[in-house]
Amino acid sequence: MPALKRFALAYLRNPAAGLGLFLLVAIIAMALTADWFFPRDPLALAGRPLQWPGANPRFALGTDNSGRDIAAQIFHGARISLLIGLVATSIAVVIGIVIGALAGYYGGVVDDVLMRLTEAFQTLPNFLLLLVLVSIFGSELTTVVVAIGVVSWPATARLTRAEFLSLRNREFVQACRGLGMGDGRIIFREILPNALPPVIVYASVVMAVAILLESALAFLRLSDPNVASWGNLIGLGRDVLRVQWYVSAIPGVAILVTVLAVSLVGQGLNDALNPRLKGR
Amino acid sequence: MSAVLSLQGLTVALPSGADRPEALRQVSLDLHAGEILCVVGESGSGKSMMASAIMRLLPGNVRISGGSILFEGKDLASANEATMRALRGARIAMVFQEPMTALNPLRSIGDQIAEMFRIHTSLSNAEIEARMLALLDEVRIPHPAEAARAFPHELSGGQRQRAMIAMALALDPVVLIADEPTTALDVTTQAQILALIRDLQQRKGTAVLFITHDFGVVAEIADRVAVMQHGLVVEQGPARDVLHQPQHDYTKALIAAVPPLKAPAPRAISSESILVLEGVQKTYRSGGFFGRRRRETHAVRDVTLSLPKGGTLGVVGESGSGKSTLARCITRLVQADGGSIRLDGVDLLQLSKREARQAARRVQMVFQDPYGSLNPRRRAGELVAQGPMIHGMSRDAAMAKARELFSLVGLDPAAIERFPHEFSGGQRQRIGLARALAMEPEVLVADEPVSALDVSVQAQVLKLLAELRVRLGLSIVFITHDLRVAAQVCDLVAVMKDGEVVEHGPIAQVFEAPRHAYTKALLASVPGRGFGA
Repeated sequence: MPALKRFALAYLRNPAAGLGLFLLVAIIAMALTADWFFPRDPLALAGRPLQWPGANPRFALGTDNSGRDIAAQIFHGARISLLIGLVATSIAVVIGIVIGALAGYYGGVVDDVLMRLTEAFQTLPNFLLLLVLVSIFGSELTTVVVAIGVVSWPATARLTRAEFLSLRNREFVQACRGLGMGDGRIIFREILPNALPPVIVYASVVMAVAILLESALAFLRLSDPNVASWGNLIGLGRDVLRVQWYVSAIPGVAILVTVLAVSLVGQGLNDALNPRLKGR
Repeated sequence: MSAVLSLQGLTVALPSGADRPEALRQVSLDLHAGEILCVVGESGSGKSMMASAIMRLLPGNVRISGGSILFEGKDLASANEATMRALRGARIAMVFQEPMTALNPLRSIGDQIAEMFRIHTSLSNAEIEARMLALLDEVRIPHPAEAARAFPHELSGGQRQRAMIAMALALDPVVLIADEPTTALDVTTQAQILALIRDLQQRKGTAVLFITHDFGVVAEIADRVAVMQHGLVVEQGPARDVLHQPQHDYTKALIAAVPPLKAPAPRAISSESILVLEGVQKTYRSGGFFGRRRRETHAVRDVTLSLPKGGTLGVVGESGSGKSTLARCITRLVQADGGSIRLDGVDLLQLSKREARQAARRVQMVFQDPYGSLNPRRRAGELVAQGPMIHGMSRDAAMAKARELFSLVGLDPAAIERFPHEFSGGQRQRIGLARALAMEPEVLVADEPVSALDVSVQAQVLKLLAELRVRLGLSIVFITHDLRVAAQVCDLVAVMKDGEVVEHGPIAQVFEAPRHAYTKALLASVPGRGFGA
């Protein structure tokens, strides 16, 4: 426990990291209270379309061009964005760790094959690849999330590989081999915990990018239209962008704040986990 | 003779939260012209901090809190930064432990030496070039003109250190501070560098402050000695007095811990062999695709040795001699290319992967680095219990065994709950030993198990190893570069050079009447040879 406490103190010493954590908690709170504040379906018709924010006390953030409550969509959209962020990031990180760990630990031919595969993914612009996947497999929420995860792993794989390359020849790993320990156990139980901190920090970048990818997809109206996501709202607002700009701007700010919060938390974790920065 | 550099009551404060409030406490020392003063102490004694304080290059949160550093009529403790810049390099120069990191890897040696002149003098380029080449010649680097064009990685460790010394002496400083300048070097190179420092110091009359942990080096080079412990100078005086009639208990303990080079009377050892190596080979190949620019390094060539039951076979040699690769071949961490390694008649190299994993428990290894060899994220007890658990012991039984082993190696059994970073270097090495012993091995391969430890801790670990050897009937392959350590623990010794065993036999015989020229050179290079004998 004292180790955890020391970590928390190191984290909170950085004001930017504290702000990030506060924003992230606020967004999570929005997601959790969405049903309580806005019990109705956020995609149902609520009133006259295109009412400006503040014009009608019933709709604090106004209504969009289909007459749906923007505030309700923002609250419910927080769920979708966080869900996409978490699930897609988990998929990307798991694929990345497995590929990076195997490549880094075994080296040689295994490394060559896996790294050429990683490079193949990296040379394709991942948004383009995402468009291809969505146009082939459809734009249901689950396919979108999986597709985002599948295009986001290469950087994690490279990072994990680099950590493994430096750790695999450490004497403690040799000691494990000397005890007769199997490869799987050495990779996942002994080396991985030591390689994890930078990967966890990088996961925050993956999460921010995943949220942005979904918004970009929705802006092109290629995301799942049956869920209240922030990206969908921006895409809808595109038609009235010149006059009723708030329809796109409000969810835009929500995305900005979320990505900022996740990045700040990632930065804060990095500073707290990196012992070299201690005492600066 | 008056002092050129004088520390008076120098106190250096550490930031709050350090293991002691002051790195240096009331240190008073005089350094005279034309003498070598050795400051000797174990890690954490504050000896390197003293060098940094004199150069005023202390880390950001460490500061001089009292006393004075008198040099050429100025007090360096309170001098301003501009004064210090003019002094550093020109009047007080420094040589560091690791020349590879102290040199800029992207600039040629000649360029870096010439920079000293460019900063501190207004000589013309042609003159600088001539002075630089003269310096390289003076530190006896072969082919000075070529060495000047070389980059640091293209020179050997010894040559790099010569270049560093050339740089330090470029402007004929009054004081040269050498912080463990030979610790990273092989013993034969170390002997050459020590002779060079001695020679230059006598010719130029430089005062040398020589920081070291090695009493052998002190005996070799010092005119006067200051012994440090926990930031205090506990004893100082002429080298002869301090080395042969030490007054302070700590000095006495340190000197007693230095292993003598003379082997003790031989033990009776069994005529039966437990481990027999025959024609063991290992070649590393590197290079591009399709055999272009392929390079082969013969790390181990045709090594034939045998380890008697209950005996200790020392393998000594300098870095790159292949001794560590040999250790890893025996423990099968590296796959040998040829030959046979027979344990009780069974050739380990012919075993399948599964059989080899089973056989792993019979041959166990102790590693050099007490920090790198323990997984920082596992508790000490788990590290020890891991081995037996892999081979089918229940967790409770394995933890009980770990507790037993902890008391066997002299650790508190309650400490099994702690993490590796909570132990000192010597204690970690004991954990590493307990981990190996948990497998109940017949053969223990120890790769430089004490070379990262302070001399007093080293003596304790060696004593423990000797006790366990008798108590558990262990046979040990002991890899070391330190001939003093080898003399104390080994029954038999094999001397390796460039992957080959050039000489082997009973330790007393090899050390007292070496036959091979290389063995003779190695023995002649041990610093302070007569000391401690």
